Amino acid sequence: MEQILALAKKETPKAEVFLYSYEETPAIFEANRLKHLHTIQGSSIVLRLIREGRIGCSSTTHLDDRQSLVDRAIGASQFGAIAKFELPTAEAYAPIEVYDPAIESITLEEIVEIGNSLIARVREYEPELICEVQVARGIASIHLQNTQGGEAKYKKSIFYIAIEGTLIKGTDMLFVGESEVSCHPIKDVSRYSTIVESVKKQLEWAKNTATVTSRYLPVIFTPRGVAMALIPPLAVAFNGKTVLQGASPLGTRREEMVFDQRLSLYDNATIDHRPRSRPCDDEGIPSRCTSLIEKGIVKDFLYDLQTAGMANTRSTGNGNRGNGGLPTPGISALLIEPGDTKFQDMVQNMKEGLIIDQLIGAGQTNILGGEFGGNILLGYKVEGGEITGRVKDTVVSGNVYEVLSKLGAVGQETKWVGDSVCAPALYCQELAIASQR
Amino acid sequence: MSNSNETIHEEINCALRNHSAEYAEIRLEESESTYIQYRGRELEDIGTSTARGGNVRALTKGGWGFISFNELGKLSDKVELATRQARVVGKETSFFAVTNPARDIVIASMKKDPSSLSLASKKSLLDEYNEIIWETPRIQTSSITYREGSRRIIFANSEGSYLEQEVVDLTLRVNAVARDGNEVQQAGISIGGRGDFGVVEGLHKQVKEIAQRAVDMLSAPKAKSGECTIILDPILAGVFVHEAFGHLSESDFVYENERLKEIMVLGRRFGGKHLNIVDDATLPNLRGSYQYDDEGTLSTRNYLVREGVLVGRLHSRETAARMQESPTGNARALSYRYPPIVRMSNTFIECGEASFEEMLSEVKEGIYAKNWYGGTTAMEMFTFSAGEAYMIRNGKVAEPLRPVILSGNVFTTLSNIDAVGNDLEMNQGGGCGKGGQSPLPVSNGSPHIRIRCCLVGGG
Repeated sequence: MEQILALAKKETPKAEVFLYSYEETPAIFEANRLKHLHTIQGSSIVLRLIREGRIGCSSTTHLDDRQSLVDRAIGASQFGAIAKFELPTAEAYAPIEVYDPAIESITLEEIVEIGNSLIARVREYEPELICEVQVARGIASIHLQNTQGGEAKYKKSIFYIAIEGTLIKGTDMLFVGESEVSCHPIKDVSRYSTIVESVKKQLEWAKNTATVTSRYLPVIFTPRGVAMALIPPLAVAFNGKTVLQGASPLGTRREEMVFDQRLSLYDNATIDHRPRSRPCDDEGIPSRCTSLIEKGIVKDFLYDLQTAGMANTRSTGNGNRGNGGLPTPGISALLIEPGDTKFQDMVQNMKEGLIIDQLIGAGQTNILGGEFGGNILLGYKVEGGEITGRVKDTVVSGNVYEVLSKLGAVGQETKWVGDSVCAPALYCQELAIASQR
Repeated sequence: MSNSNETIHEEINCALRNHSAEYAEIRLEESESTYIQYRGRELEDIGTSTARGGNVRALTKGGWGFISFNELGKLSDKVELATRQARVVGKETSFFAVTNPARDIVIASMKKDPSSLSLASKKSLLDEYNEIIWETPRIQTSSITYREGSRRIIFANSEGSYLEQEVVDLTLRVNAVARDGNEVQQAGISIGGRGDFGVVEGLHKQVKEIAQRAVDMLSAPKAKSGECTIILDPILAGVFVHEAFGHLSESDFVYENERLKEIMVLGRRFGGKHLNIVDDATLPNLRGSYQYDDEGTLSTRNYLVREGVLVGRLHSRETAARMQESPTGNARALSYRYPPIVRMSNTFIECGEASFEEMLSEVKEGIYAKNWYGGTTAMEMFTFSAGEAYMIRNGKVAEPLRPVILSGNVFTTLSNIDAVGNDLEMNQGGGCGKGGQSPLPVSNGSPHIRIRCCLVGGG
């Protein structure tokens, strides 16, 4: 890294190198049995420099190709955007635990055993279920260094379990599933018992099929439903880049009450042992917790250095480098504050409506305008406060700015969905439902 | 692959000679990509990236080991590690269809090679497009993303195959965003090609249209949610056939699932006699075209549905052997980081006899849906969303609507197609995602089609 910075320094005093290496070992189970073992190793290096006020960037996976990296970044800087920021200087980052050394001692045999036992326990409940499982262990190393003395170096461990079950009866297909991800190895049985229990509950609720006709109905989104349907439009709207472009419906509404006053949302990269946490972002800005919605009021947006510079504000430590180019503002982990209603009470208070857990095609619409919608892959009908069965061949659609402005209730229990969303269930008043037959 | 090809050839051969797996393969890859991205008026990101990497895959007793890496040395050790992993997994019998070992060199050829053009000339074309969007009144912002990539891949296996293939792929996405108060609408086009820069040139008229469409949508009403008759334009119908049927014909979903095998039995009727669905990687110069797949199998043309009846499916060597059918050359990998899995190539509905006007004239009230936001499938059920929609009233295209989400069930929707047009077009702007491998270059297409009782989510 020093060598690349030294080469870059011959051309310009401002440069930064970002090195990312990883090794991941997933065990992949198909049709209830182990089918693949993978080892994925790799590393990539990104050079960003500022030359004559303009940004140039290049990246490669051949770590010894230093001169070409510098030449290509210089070439790009001729056309690059005008830099609106200074690279950060040296800083002592607050410790955030994202590495558990126990990850290194977990054996291949243990990983395989977790998958086998998960499948066995779920199939004990439903022998006809065909399961696909992934159990993976990964380690990533991040090293960032710039010409202004800024430097960050940390390791991250990731352990991941996901199960997807398919139950086929005639031409009827039911998909159930659950996943869990952490910086800790999820070895003890009680941790993955929650996965087993969750799948069992889905199977139980979906045992019968219920019908619904096309009309407006109240909908309870489970935490997973919230993450699939409601979060994508919000993630775009709170992105500082969307705001800067004037394309966010929230851009001019800071400090305004836009949402239900029971709704609070924040982005947090400082929670220990969460895979999206980190001491600093991919530009070396310390991680923090940023309040986006506080009791219904729009508070802040997410920025990286360049976007913040253009918007005359400061970076919120959300500079992310996706696949090796320039950083761009992105969410770390979005958390919705829990409310005061038990899930059970939400259901009991529903005369007629739906529970939506999984949608397909949810983000494939005008999310910029707040729209969401999709086919209910896993959802249930509620009648008179009771879950009566699974609904299918049914499409739901709506707009988050309408739906989240007046909620029926906010759930008491929150749940992590994947690595980047933690949410309670949300009771939404009226949504357009279209159903076949 | 900085060493000479001969040295690499020898190293690969040596690694593939000395191992104890039933089957082993090595893939080495070198790639370069250039990207130019605008957000609003300003250029946001421009640059290049290069990558070099490879993988080894080994099969023993039905179990697979797979190693991917950036450090290309010590290939024999990597074959050994993959073999060891396969042995941990494999407890049964391997199924792997026999194919002829292939030895060939495939060079990319294109009319206008993007690598022969300067970054400045590409940027100036995109500047022209961006200017057109910004000239349109009530436009709030724009985004333009151009990406070109070339890959050189060496593939060799323990059966004696040795292939060198070169692939060039390029994509352009232009998006216009209009705003009125809290109302935000957008419209866009996606264009792609197998390397020829010509496909992204001369789009000035289409860019002007999308900018205007974004603005017009601000005042358009939402569609009513429910069931109705829809006509799909060739682009959206292409997305439909890919999602509604294409994925279900990928045999890796089916080959180990007895129930699914019963459902997807060859000979089952899915639609009317006018419905013919083909997947064909051998067509020249489409984004999903290739000569050999990523297991070294020669590509083929395959009817999936002929006259409404299921007649074929897409295979890798393993799924073909397991289902006692012929390999079709559809095992594809996004890059060296991933093992090949069963994927589509160029998937389309063949031409029927109806003209668009005839189809339209028979609809009293319905929706004409065009272009795409996306599509997803969960085998039985699928969605595909239109970027552009209009009411059909008394046989004529009437007022514009907000974008709609369309949905269906493979066991009913295909049989609800009651008219197939005579105007097949291929859409090259999409990419396909499966098993974490996205976006894989594919193309899909169709003539205009009409579907009765399609589920519409309007909002």
